[in-house]
Amino acid sequence: MVDLKHGAAIVGIHEHVTRYAPDKSELQIQGESVIKALEDAGLNKKDVEGLFTASSSIRNSGMNLADYLNMYPKYVDNTTVGGGSFEFHLSHALTAIVAGRINCAVITYSSLARSGGVSVGTGGVARFGHPRLDPSPDSFEELYGFTTVGLYAMIAQRHMHLYGTTSEQLAEIAVAIRKHASMNPEAMFRDPITVEAVVNARVISSPLHLLDCCLISDGGGALVVASPELARNCRQRPVWVLGVGEALAHQGAGQRDLIYIAAKQSHEPAFAMAGVTHQDIDMAMIYDSFTITVLETLEDLGFCKKGEGGDFVSGGRLQVGGELPINTDGGGLSSNHPGMRGIFLLLEATRQLRHQFEGTPRQVENCQIVLCHGTGGALGSRHSGGTVILGRD
Amino acid sequence: MAEWNKPLPTISGETKPYWDSCRQGQLMIQKCDSCGEYQFYPRGICANCWSNDIKWHKASGKGTVWTFTVTYQNRTPGFAEDVPYVLALVELEEGVRMFTNIVECEPRDVKIGMEVEVTFVRANDQISIPYFKPAA
Repeated sequence: MVDLKHGAAIVGIHEHVTRYAPDKSELQIQGESVIKALEDAGLNKKDVEGLFTASSSIRNSGMNLADYLNMYPKYVDNTTVGGGSFEFHLSHALTAIVAGRINCAVITYSSLARSGGVSVGTGGVARFGHPRLDPSPDSFEELYGFTTVGLYAMIAQRHMHLYGTTSEQLAEIAVAIRKHASMNPEAMFRDPITVEAVVNARVISSPLHLLDCCLISDGGGALVVASPELARNCRQRPVWVLGVGEALAHQGAGQRDLIYIAAKQSHEPAFAMAGVTHQDIDMAMIYDSFTITVLETLEDLGFCKKGEGGDFVSGGRLQVGGELPINTDGGGLSSNHPGMRGIFLLLEATRQLRHQFEGTPRQVENCQIVLCHGTGGALGSRHSGGTVILGRD
Repeated sequence: MAEWNKPLPTISGETKPYWDSCRQGQLMIQKCDSCGEYQFYPRGICANCWSNDIKWHKASGKGTVWTFTVTYQNRTPGFAEDVPYVLALVELEEGVRMFTNIVECEPRDVKIGMEVEVTFVRANDQISIPYFKPAA
């Protein structure tokens, strides 16, 4: 395989800080984000050759976005695999750049899930707005009252049964991420919480409590990806793509053991490409739709053995200053979660690798290598996993 | 009989035998004559070896709870008034797992590994839906 390491860099980012924007359209949030991200990079509209976006609410989101922004990209990728779509986009943008098809791409996303009143986690069959079930797999699933949280809860239940994992251990994840949100002025929920508060909150779908679940916000963002030559001439210090990997996990015709998630497959090529080991990772951005998502992801990425996630996440290991800080922006559990969140993993990783928070408690000390892992869909039925390893210049 | 207010399956050519047999109170699953694997949900091809040699077999209707969750919040009409209900993955004796609800018992009594058996509820003249209840 062609060596992809250092084949492209993130050179511009923008996170639309809105958490509630009933006065804006989703395309407007994306447009504003793309403009600001290009400004950050010191590039402009004519530099953009590739357009990458995903949406569960905008029909034909790639075409509609190009139309809205009056752009004529020569490389378009509308890969939509749930919340982790943007890790897939970065993987694909890297490949397109190394192949010489393009020199510069933007990846963008937005959603008005909150102001639109979308019950992302508990909306049942209406959560994706499909009026009629597909013959399969919907017609073998949605009859039984699927919710997104329920499909994660089933994996949490199985994990507890097999390994003795406790609600208190899952709560440690929510506590660590809330602590990080308290350092982020833009985060939606910033008041510190305790393990007791998490396990005493009402149960949404057993064994997951309210504070085991991500919040629902509006929001969006964009990032600019460039070839090495272009990256050297950008305003910001490049953040290099070192390794990528992708995977889908599903029922396996009724036979797959979904206690093992897509991360198990996607992380191996990412580490191999980057030529790094787990000890080299300074921090991680782990998709945190639910606390169990983080625990399962850390296990299947290989940070600890299967079944040992409960111990691994305890004792402050995941907090800044701990052995493996995660989600230093406050994650989907406490900062923002507009339907699909994978793009924000890449944005915070870039901020950390730029040492943007130097001199504040949010900065991970001497941050050189960050692992991002996006999960989309649902652990209990079918989902995507995209691993990206990024490095400081 | 009250009108069924939960979602109903959409039936296609490849899944019709399944729903026809459900209406008659029999759970049917597919097995491939080429590779010998069972599969669920039913398909027009073998998902394992991609052959067309799939045959319908009567399932015993017995299985165990592989995992479950007690759902306390679902905004969808038909389920909103049913909470708390048990969403589960049941592993059939034949080895494949299927989604279902565990019915005819208290949600707090459901455990992983619990033995269950199929039971059908008539939704309308065309469709009966398979659920599972604690084994007799």
